[in-house]
Amino acid sequence: MTTNAQTEVGFHARQHGRWHWSEFAFWIVVLAVGLAFPSRYLIMTEILRLALFALSLDLILGYAGIVSLGHAAFFGVGAYCAGLLSVHGIINEPVLALIVAGLAATVLGFATSFLVIRGVDLTRLMVTLGIALLMEALAERFSNITGGTDGLQGIDIQPIFGVFAFDMFGKTGFFYSLAVLFVLFLLARVIVHSPFGLSLRAIKNNPLRAAAVGIPVNKRLIAIYTVAAFYAGVAGALFTQTTALASLDVFSFERSADLVLLLVIGGSGYLYGGLIGAAVFRMLQELFQWITPQYWMFWIGLVLVVIVLVGRHRIHAYALWLPNLILRQIAGRKAAVALTDNEAP
Amino acid sequence: MTSILTNLFDGVAYGMLLFVLACGLAVTLGLMNFVNLAHGAFAMAGGYVCAVLVNRIGWPFFAALPMAFVASALIGALLERTLYQHLYARSHLDQVLFSIGLVFMTVASVDYIMGSSRIFIKLPEVLQGQFDIFGVGIGRYRLMIIVICGLLTVGLQLVLSKTRFGSRLRAAVDDPRAASGLGINVPQVFAFTFAFGCGLAGLGGALSAEILGLDPYFPLKFMIYFLIVVTVGGSSSITGPFLASLLLGIGDVAGKYYVPKLGPFVIYTIMIVILIWRPNGLFGRTATR
Repeated sequence: MTTNAQTEVGFHARQHGRWHWSEFAFWIVVLAVGLAFPSRYLIMTEILRLALFALSLDLILGYAGIVSLGHAAFFGVGAYCAGLLSVHGIINEPVLALIVAGLAATVLGFATSFLVIRGVDLTRLMVTLGIALLMEALAERFSNITGGTDGLQGIDIQPIFGVFAFDMFGKTGFFYSLAVLFVLFLLARVIVHSPFGLSLRAIKNNPLRAAAVGIPVNKRLIAIYTVAAFYAGVAGALFTQTTALASLDVFSFERSADLVLLLVIGGSGYLYGGLIGAAVFRMLQELFQWITPQYWMFWIGLVLVVIVLVGRHRIHAYALWLPNLILRQIAGRKAAVALTDNEAP
Repeated sequence: MTSILTNLFDGVAYGMLLFVLACGLAVTLGLMNFVNLAHGAFAMAGGYVCAVLVNRIGWPFFAALPMAFVASALIGALLERTLYQHLYARSHLDQVLFSIGLVFMTVASVDYIMGSSRIFIKLPEVLQGQFDIFGVGIGRYRLMIIVICGLLTVGLQLVLSKTRFGSRLRAAVDDPRAASGLGINVPQVFAFTFAFGCGLAGLGGALSAEILGLDPYFPLKFMIYFLIVVTVGGSSSITGPFLASLLLGIGDVAGKYYVPKLGPFVIYTIMIVILIWRPNGLFGRTATR
């Protein structure tokens, strides 16, 4: 009987983990958009980078339920690490530098995860925020290494694998970012559909119950926090490599706050949330900046307030209404796309 | 020696100011368990009201200070009734998002209405300059801050511990259900407390224009300081946040004076260590509910 139940659970978990045709469609659309607008590489690269960063936050917020207001700490470490590796010519190969920068952020993530798993939401908020501020203060303190407010000077990124040089239109940067995002997305997909990922969801829904059925809560949280730090570090390194910039604002609070915002717009708790959120958020930002160059912050704030007041779930239901209607007309299936965001209140 | 005492004095004044700014947050965040990152926005509102009254209309400074309190308290009451009260029961993430959104909106609107440059409030002659006591330089303005904030602290402590309203608030916070069962109008108590906290923040904002600087980014810049006061101070009494603000004020002034490049670094490190050591704050209650 128990083996039966187990196989049943395993069957459903695997069923959930299979590629849906809409996912193939999503990535084909992304690639098609990339090929269709060659003059917009720079902003599209930005969206991809943001998407990777959001993916990182989604892993801890959407799947493990850790609210972080200081995710920029890892982004910044990745960015500076990639910059310094390039400036001092330690590792010239971008992909290798990307991985090393990610690992540097991982180390910080692992070290700070012990601080973050202690305490409840509020303490976590404060500690994550504090860590990001601390990193910013450190970067400012050691301005002889980091270049302080002026930023790191003389970053020159070598061609990828020695073949694909970064061009001024950002074509290489775009496809490089897309490849990195896709590979890391696949990895994240494997992680969240594995038994490990399922146990994270159990922890998010009820840590006490998860501990009672034998899930080592703290170890799992440390593990996912460390993995998320790696993702954020890679996103930061991508930032440095595609823009040849690294300045103090990589650690800024606004960066962390925007990240939470865009994840909420996209919907947390499913991997595409961060990706869609990044695109929507960047477009909104661009639109608002186009309408009022100086006061776009007001409209972003208004969007946030409205989202919260109306309710995140209801907004997503509205947003999915039209696509679902169309899908139902074509495929004749009930609720083709639905969010599985089972957030505990 | 005298420079140490002067720094201590400045630190105490700074700490007192932080306390007045943050004690409203101690109630909303510590007692009502609402993460209100927009608390600084109320302080900024008070500061700008005071600046407009003094600089443009020509009110005397001391008449404008109570108006800063009243204006912020009114705004607070309005927002509490219309927006905040719907979010008390929501998740912390929702509260964070909502209040960050509010901060963004405030920053942009103040920038739009008042301009992005730093605002100074014209001070009366009496408050300018400093005098010496045994060779220790005492700034008149800072002395006034210490007096006002000291009186406020004592008053608050008395209201909370001695009056009927104080006991109703404590009851409402300890167990809202039991309190409403006893006939206490809990939402009303919360609304009043929220508005009062906002008013205090407004007063603090008006007082701080001279010391902290007043510009549209005020709520973002000092958010972390308010949060430190509340989380480090704990929420069991008003003494915790008070001592935490004094520590923070003295620590920050001393840090900036003696180790200018390490200033913020020291504060954040201390904050993280304290939070790890005692997640409920230095002076908080040890048992969690």
